[in-house]
Amino acid sequence: MIVRNLTVELRTQTGALKPVNEVSLRIAPGEALGIVGESGSGKTMLSMALMGLLPPGAKVTGEMLFHPAPHPSNDSQKNLRELDETSWRSVRGREIAMIFQEPMTSLNPVLRIGAQIEEAILAHESGIPKDLLHRRVMAALQQAAVPEPEFRARQYPHQLSGGLRQRAMIAMALAASPKLLIADEPTTALDVTVQKQILELLDRLRREMQLGLLFITHDLGVVASVADRVAVMYAGRIIEEGATNEVLLNPKHPYTQGLLAASPRLQRAKLLPIPGTVPQLTQLPPGCSFGPRCSFHRHDCDEAVPSFRPPQSDHAARCVLL
Amino acid sequence: MTTPTTPLLEVRNLRKTYARASGAFAAAGVGERFSAVDDVTFQVQTGETFAIVGESGCGKTTLARMILRLIEPDEGEILFEGQDLRLLSPRDLTRQRRAMQMIFQDPFASLNPRMRVGEIVAEPLAIHHPELTEKQRRDRATEILNRVGLKEDAIPRYPHEFSGGQRQRIGIARALILHPKLIVADEPVSALDVSVGAQVLLLLQELQHEFALTYLFISHSLPVVAQLADHIAVMRAGKFVEFGPAPLILAKPTAEYTRTLLAAVPEVPRQPNL
Repeated sequence: MIVRNLTVELRTQTGALKPVNEVSLRIAPGEALGIVGESGSGKTMLSMALMGLLPPGAKVTGEMLFHPAPHPSNDSQKNLRELDETSWRSVRGREIAMIFQEPMTSLNPVLRIGAQIEEAILAHESGIPKDLLHRRVMAALQQAAVPEPEFRARQYPHQLSGGLRQRAMIAMALAASPKLLIADEPTTALDVTVQKQILELLDRLRREMQLGLLFITHDLGVVASVADRVAVMYAGRIIEEGATNEVLLNPKHPYTQGLLAASPRLQRAKLLPIPGTVPQLTQLPPGCSFGPRCSFHRHDCDEAVPSFRPPQSDHAARCVLL
Repeated sequence: MTTPTTPLLEVRNLRKTYARASGAFAAAGVGERFSAVDDVTFQVQTGETFAIVGESGCGKTTLARMILRLIEPDEGEILFEGQDLRLLSPRDLTRQRRAMQMIFQDPFASLNPRMRVGEIVAEPLAIHHPELTEKQRRDRATEILNRVGLKEDAIPRYPHEFSGGQRQRIGIARALILHPKLIVADEPVSALDVSVGAQVLLLLQELQHEFALTYLFISHSLPVVAQLADHIAVMRAGKFVEFGPAPLILAKPTAEYTRTLLAAVPEVPRQPNL
């Protein structure tokens, strides 16, 4: 998946806003890209754009190029932005699948787990014989490391623990063998011990299936344990991107530095909060959106939105200081 | 009477059991009970932060609510400044409640959306200090709102006009206005963004020194607890599996479960230069 200059514009009563603003990123098969951001950073709206699930009236510009084949030729690549709803249905779930933070609200409470996975398969392969369908459901549950799959398939979501529900969601998402999985805070509602199991599962699956993984989280520790590369979002823009260890050990943007200094760790240290709050998207300051909260703020920060520096590099940030 | 050696809070053999299930879904386990809190004993000294850490369902919130007597325990004693709260007359209990206040997890659910911020913060005064005039209540509310970092113009506004971090500050102001001795904080930063959560943790630390507060801090997060706890108790299935001084629990845990919890924390790589 290659995204170039993706912008989503929404019109609201208080004016137009851009929850996703000139976002560019790429995810190779088998690669995990982490998107880190606080609430209001646009990370969820970005995932909705990549799934074709934007609210009506959203105006999208830029390119979302998706290569379903491992060795893309120009004919096989699709600009998802140009798809109509009918074509989206053959991509969504089949090529690109998604799992969410709260599995209880994404699972149907009155359908057994097995029936929900059947639905996910039948949506893309309607003529599949019944015994094969059952085998595919079992295979999906086993892939997601659900113990006793025959038994669990006959249960309802409320009978499962939070961790098992998330595994059932993963089974459903992977049932149609997608190439890209978007995971939006999939472990935020889980206990840490269960979170660790789910992160390990996702890591194994992406290696085994050569699955591209777009992992959205607010937690820098989680991103450190799952992602090869990380993009930090603030007020709709990616403000820093690079290899995960590079970005976390040698952060370039003051916002990334601030997030790291504000994150509690197991060692006691003086936490340094970032002053102020995330700006309203309808009232963004001119130039760098982080400017008003930045301790290195100077006059040229407000002149224009900084471009990535150094350009074309593996680890770059939108900051005039670089 | 209290002496310097009397702990501010002492909990002895506290227990609370619930029926496993009731109603139409109970078929399997009729009459079975499980212990949400099972024989818990500890002391909290004046001025310290005592943290209770555990995963969901371990009983930490039930324990906190029993201490505030929002839930009645089945067995055990809760001594506040040496007095058993269960033996107090209703009037004495009301007076003691002033000294114990709670900060809640969800700043969106814990403030009445139809009350103005000034009313929310001053309401405890109206209950516990009816002798104060409206002007006096308003002045006290302004003063405490200023202290937690909100301006006077917050007073006529409604909770929905504020961000999560600001709402948590309003909740803290309301808890502090009666000058309590003990604050029970149930996951006060887990609903907040990282940068805002750090602001609230720092504020809690400052207020502790300024108002000589004692915190009973309930959390699922070991990294958060590591920042401010003097003592940590690790709770699982209604019991304390281990408790002791925070540095010891974090560095040299003796219980297998504590080690599992510590190992499951996703760690940010260390920054050498910051």
